Amino acid sequence: MNRNYDVIVVGGGPAGLAAALEANKNGAERVLIIERDKELGGILNQCIHNGFGLHYFKEQLTGPEYAQRFIDMLEGTGIEVKTDTMVLSVTPDKKVWAMNTEDGYCCFNAGAVVLAMGCRERTRGAISIPGERPSGVFTAGTAQRYINIEGYMVGKKVLILGSGDIGLIMARRMTLEGAKVLAVCELMPYSNGLKRNIAQCLDDYGIPLYLSHTVTDIKGKNRLESVTVSRVDENLAPIPGTEIEFDCDTLLLSVGLIPENELSRNAGVPIDRRTNGAVVWQDRQTEIDGIFACGNVLHVHDLVDFVTKESMIAGRAAAEYVKNGGFPETTAENTVSLAAGNGVSYVVPQKIAVERTEKFVEAFFRVRTTYKDSEIVVRADGEELNVIKKSQLLPAEMERVVLPKAMLQKAAGKEITIEVRTKGDN
Amino acid sequence: MKREITCIVCPKGCLVTIDDANLEDVSGFGCPKGIEYAKNELLHPVRTVTSTVKIEGALHDRLPVRTNGDIPKELIFECMKLIRATKVSAPVRCGQVIIEDILGTGIDLIATRNA
Ligand SMILES: Cc1cc2nc3c(=O)[nH]c(=O)nc-3n(C[C@H](O)[C@H](O)[C@H](O)COP(=O)(O)OP(=O)(O)OC[C@H]3O[C@@H](n4cnc5c(N)ncnc54)[C@H](O)[C@@H]3O)c2cc1C
Repeated sequence: MNRNYDVIVVGGGPAGLAAALEANKNGAERVLIIERDKELGGILNQCIHNGFGLHYFKEQLTGPEYAQRFIDMLEGTGIEVKTDTMVLSVTPDKKVWAMNTEDGYCCFNAGAVVLAMGCRERTRGAISIPGERPSGVFTAGTAQRYINIEGYMVGKKVLILGSGDIGLIMARRMTLEGAKVLAVCELMPYSNGLKRNIAQCLDDYGIPLYLSHTVTDIKGKNRLESVTVSRVDENLAPIPGTEIEFDCDTLLLSVGLIPENELSRNAGVPIDRRTNGAVVWQDRQTEIDGIFACGNVLHVHDLVDFVTKESMIAGRAAAEYVKNGGFPETTAENTVSLAAGNGVSYVVPQKIAVERTEKFVEAFFRVRTTYKDSEIVVRADGEELNVIKKSQLLPAEMERVVLPKAMLQKAAGKEITIEVRTKGDN
Repeated sequence: MKREITCIVCPKGCLVTIDDANLEDVSGFGCPKGIEYAKNELLHPVRTVTSTVKIEGALHDRLPVRTNGDIPKELIFECMKLIRATKVSAPVRCGQVIIEDILGTGIDLIATRNA
């Protein structure tokens, strides 16, 4: 068995699929996708609701349909796939150690590696919730998998903590399957979900949304019996005397996602503590030559279409890296570093090699809180390079600014910051 | 009366304001689809339904499905009853019709993956 590949992609979700296809298109001959699940598609397989692909395919698709389109594109490309195979480590010299029941523990050599492991659900919220430890407490994504893939209903009277899209989608899903969803509670004074999901998942079914509320007690001997919810003050501390008790048998936690970067960390890839993903250049190369990262493992995306776009960048760059036997070293004078300024929680990519920029670089970022009638200011060393008016900014929605090559050349060797300016800031 | 309607056609989620006495009095939309959506919401709201049906002989026990168009909102739970009573056998192709002309709406229920 030939274990040498041009490009090895770790993870067969939408990020891995797009990266592999694009690497193949750009001349990488031997491409391998390694996926630990029994099938390709990643988290999309359990996201059976529609709303995917509007940007990329200009159609409303469900998660499995979106995945299927990319899986179908693999046909005839010669891209190899190993499912049911767990990658255990990736080394800086691009050896990929993996294990499955057929090959056992084995090592593959790659010219370039694309990390596309996605993310997992945060459960820390669960641990810090006081109270008893009965069954009936699930992360929303786990419940989604049980219901949509394995066909088990997880409960009848449900409370949901967290109003991100997964929480909202699950509120509707549980309702359609006959459960009573009592409420969705959100710690923040705003929802982190898309407005259309509040409309079509909560409002359509009369499910109340309690903003600035959190779970303060859980009761139940074996199965969950009740959950206490309290209002929180502006410091997010529960206010005594505001408790509401819900009799329910199920609590779903939708309290955020964390990029799954154990492999990246062990490979020595520097991680940005703001994104919890790798620090990357504009072509999604990490700080380790020939190791790329894209999709939810790099930063949490709300729309799969953007995952696909980003992963195509990484796949193309991986192919080029192999074709050219590496990228030339980028000097500090030729580097622009991107930083999150006032009101911005993170920016991706973090670094730009000016000479490797074709026409422009798209910078993606999120704001820290909600803003109305504000401006996005792009600045290098105090000088304003661009100002964009925004009627509304929400932490739940990834924002984007285009940095043209001419601007980057001017800022070469400096730091560009992206910040939010509100009326009062002038 | 002015009504505020969140458009669900795309992830942007525009808040469209429409006068229920004069459906031509619309504002807040980002594109023409928003106008149409807001009008429909007042006249006859419709939704796409996504769910799963039982499947035998496939990797998993559930097959994801959706209506291949919007159905009247008030038929959603009726539609779910039919979905829950449906069982299919592998192989199934993505796009294959699972229930034809569901509840006389002219809309089919289709599979959303190969299984
Ligand atoms: C519940 C939910 C609802 C969503 N709803 C929408 C929506 O309505 N519209 C929309 O556009 N987007 C939605 N998204 C977002 C979108 O689905 C994700 O952004 C996208 O799936 C991320 O793709 P990915 O390939 O980066 O990660 P994933 O899809 O998570 O894929 C990562 C893959 O890597 C594999 N893997 C991880 N570690 C290893 C390892 N060590 N070895 C081998 N394989 C490994 C995993 O098994 C997995 O298959 C939703 C996401 C979730 C979770």
